[in-house]
Amino acid sequence: MSIAWYLAVSAIVFSLGALGVMTRRNPLVVLLCLELMLNGGNLALIAFSRMWGNGDGQILAIVVMTVAACEVCIGLGMIVAIYRRHLPIDVDELRELQG
Amino acid sequence: MSAVLFFIAAIGVIAGAVGVVVLRNPFYSVLALVCHLIFLAVLFLLLRAEFVAAVQVVVYAGAVMVLYVFVVAYVGGEGTTIGERLRGAGNGAPPGGSALRLGGAILGGALLVELMIALLGTGLEATSGYGAGYVSGPRTYGTPAFIGKLLLTRFLLAFELASFLLLIAAVGGVVLACRRGGLEEEDDRATLTPLDLLRPRGTGTTAEGVGSSALSARGLESGSRYGS
Repeated sequence: MSIAWYLAVSAIVFSLGALGVMTRRNPLVVLLCLELMLNGGNLALIAFSRMWGNGDGQILAIVVMTVAACEVCIGLGMIVAIYRRHLPIDVDELRELQG
Repeated sequence: MSAVLFFIAAIGVIAGAVGVVVLRNPFYSVLALVCHLIFLAVLFLLLRAEFVAAVQVVVYAGAVMVLYVFVVAYVGGEGTTIGERLRGAGNGAPPGGSALRLGGAILGGALLVELMIALLGTGLEATSGYGAGYVSGPRTYGTPAFIGKLLLTRFLLAFELASFLLLIAAVGGVVLACRRGGLEEEDDRATLTPLDLLRPRGTGTTAEGVGSSALSARGLESGSRYGS
């Protein structure tokens, strides 16, 4: 299949992730949708890497995976901390940072 | 053959992504994401990125998703129903919740259209090609040897920075999720045993944990003796 097909799939996955981030209210699912967006970016990176025939895009994809793992670690830690303080697990209800 | 595999994997990827966004229960969302990641690894394999596909399955679909499953099991499915319960009760729901949802859908659709225009409407000739030439071999494009050589020579700085980032994230995760003294209700152990002075709280053997009620009873008794 030509590279454009892979790019189309990556655009669809990225948009679905963005849609989930905007509409879902559970922070766990928001994190999952963030993963979707990162995966869409990864697929585009690897497709372009294949297009050029050198490995730079693959290295960047691996770095993106590392950043995603860090983001999951911090995000899940924050969700556990929210749960421990008996705050509602809902991004609309969490208003502590609004001053 | 590769076209058939591509369409199967692409349908799996998109179905997994839709499942993550649509499913109500966060646990099912996590499972849909695992499915999505595995089909994405198939797409990576079709793009000759063998090492990245393996990393995707092992690290992402394996380790990170296990972390997710643990947190979903710990926090529980209760979290997802809070918003639903509020909306069902009719009070406390954010004003125009469905309008916001519609706005989100419109924005997502606009983003998709824009990305499609940007990616497919581009004048790049190469995106309609099949990629650069590829010969199979032990050290060619996409193999672990290729990736490792790039990672340790040309991208050494990125590699080291990623390791620092992982360290910082690990420390941050521990700091965020660890138990703090003030937030929890007080421990129900009434007395201070000599072992508490030797070891910090929360450490020790299982036998001590199991026998803690007997120990504390004895401690109470001795404490009263000391008191009198």
